[in-house]
Amino acid sequence: MKRFMAFVRKEFLHIFRDVRTLIILFGIPATQILIFGYAVRTDLKNASIAVLDNAHDDVSNDLILKLEASDFFTISNRLNSYDDIDATFKKGKIKAVVIFPEDLAALLTRDGHATVSIIADASEPNTASLVTGYTSGILNDYSAALTKHITTGLPVISPEVRMYFNPNLESHFMFVPGVITLILIMVSALMTSVAIVREKESGTMEVLLVSPLKPWQIIVGKVAPYFFLSLVNIIVILLMAWFVFKLPVRGSIALLIAECMLYILMGLSFGILISTIVDKMENAIIITFMVLLLPGLLLSGFIFPIENMPKVYDYLSAILPPRWFIEIIRPIMIKGAGFVYVWKETLILAGMTLFLIVLSARKFKVRLEESSG
Amino acid sequence: MAAVEALNITHRYGRVTALDDISFNVNEGELFGFIGPDGAGKTTLFRIAATLIIPAGGRMTLFGLNTVSRYRELRNHIGYMPGRFSLYQDLTVEENLNFYATIFGTTIKENYHLIELIYKQIEPFRKRQAGRLSGGMKQKLALSCALIHKPGILILDEPTTGVDAVSRTEFWEMLANLKSEGITIIVSTPYMDEALRCDRIALIQKGKLLAIDTPFNIRSSYARKLYAVSHPDRYRLLIALRSLPQVITSEPFGDSVHVVLRDDVLPPEVKKALEETGLHGVSIAGTMPGIEDVFLELMQKEQ
Repeated sequence: MKRFMAFVRKEFLHIFRDVRTLIILFGIPATQILIFGYAVRTDLKNASIAVLDNAHDDVSNDLILKLEASDFFTISNRLNSYDDIDATFKKGKIKAVVIFPEDLAALLTRDGHATVSIIADASEPNTASLVTGYTSGILNDYSAALTKHITTGLPVISPEVRMYFNPNLESHFMFVPGVITLILIMVSALMTSVAIVREKESGTMEVLLVSPLKPWQIIVGKVAPYFFLSLVNIIVILLMAWFVFKLPVRGSIALLIAECMLYILMGLSFGILISTIVDKMENAIIITFMVLLLPGLLLSGFIFPIENMPKVYDYLSAILPPRWFIEIIRPIMIKGAGFVYVWKETLILAGMTLFLIVLSARKFKVRLEESSG
Repeated sequence: MAAVEALNITHRYGRVTALDDISFNVNEGELFGFIGPDGAGKTTLFRIAATLIIPAGGRMTLFGLNTVSRYRELRNHIGYMPGRFSLYQDLTVEENLNFYATIFGTTIKENYHLIELIYKQIEPFRKRQAGRLSGGMKQKLALSCALIHKPGILILDEPTTGVDAVSRTEFWEMLANLKSEGITIIVSTPYMDEALRCDRIALIQKGKLLAIDTPFNIRSSYARKLYAVSHPDRYRLLIALRSLPQVITSEPFGDSVHVVLRDDVLPPEVKKALEETGLHGVSIAGTMPGIEDVFLELMQKEQ
């Protein structure tokens, strides 16, 4: 045990003396959270829009006030005629124009129905659909409030859409689980494989093997610090998500941490497996990127929904641990789902982890090479 | 009992034969050297001895324990220093030594007497990271690390490669010291001059052992009469010697050139011949063959 602790201590010394390792461990998670949180926003904040109010009545005034009052929009232009629309768009500042028809209020009282046009700048299709979505949302709210006053009971404006769990379609609700998924791979799989291969490269592995240390002591000693640091990372990410983006964990924290531990274990055994195959640090990095990180980013459903992919990719992603992990932690964090809802995914992930552990344990050599003759 | 017994050791990397039917014994408390150029198979042989490689053929025992089947017990008794100094560059001198002591289940204090002479020289730098030590100091630290658990045998793979001449001399003095403590040492080196400091040496070339004996006997085994020829312009001398019909071989050796003459030729004749080519003031005298001379002779025989 004393030997083992000396090994773990040594490993921590390596980590804390290497600035690059520290940056990867703590700098990258923090910046990723901030980058994904602020720069790569897929939700809307203070988007500039213009209004063309042909009505100038109570209803249009009310609606404009509501648009203005929301955090999503800033009304930067008030147009006077249809001819202004083109010119305003071309200046590129506004994302959409909301057009209120003449006699809006009158139409509503008479027919119980009216149409408000929204013209969006679709050169940014993503933003355009968000703007129209949010505007419709505000219009829907308004008309919903209106129906309560109108006794005829006729539907005023089209369907009611409600965004469950993420009512404002805020993207960091989606990306925080994704970032956790990627960071954990980076810390567990990438860092451990590099740390082990580094010993091979420097020749110290030769001496470790010749020492009375048992293989499990070498391996567990190498990965234990990264297991611990991965947990620290999760807590940092969750705290940042809470303080910076007000993202709560709706489900059980204990369950979330337990699932993360399982996933870290998967990453660590993957890292060990890689380290038994390659002899150079660069190769360890390349393999982790190609096999785990890149597919994890693209195919796990982190960025692109799996439902929208061709079937082939769907099947391909099924062999990727990150996909299952995202499917586990998203419901836990966002919906507050309990174990009952994620046990199947957990089982798949546990199976993969077990497979990797067995494989890497079998592949780890107590010698430099097996006999070639 | 022999400390090391190797019987018909053979090893291959793909189609390349790294070791070809190697057998030798090392006695307990002996300082045994493997002398040979790069690629001769020294590292492979040492890795087999260190239980790191399973040989394709043959068997090796250390203190009667087979390096393949009893590797677990053996690993408690081996002090191994691989070709590259296996130190953690980002740990300090003290941390490195402490780490190796602990994983071998001992403390620096317990075996300090063993490493004292060596470690004292680097102790002033004990707070310095190993990566920032000079080659000679790294070598001393690596040796201290290999020694700290009081191994029965030291396996040192080219410990003096890449180290300055003064440190090399010091290093061999340390080995002599350790030998007097009763530790068996096998060491490899590409430097022929270091061979003289071993009790016995094995000459190894292309995976084959050319000879095993004491350095003196190996030098004496040289079959022919050898002369040392010297002149300030050694290069011109060598060219001239190689053009003479009276000379069979001529190889540079230290400051002089070692030559073998045809049986019917005497030194004055050569001196005269050299003067005819314009080389004056050449000295020529009989000399004791060096290890290199024997090595070259054996290599030629082998071919």
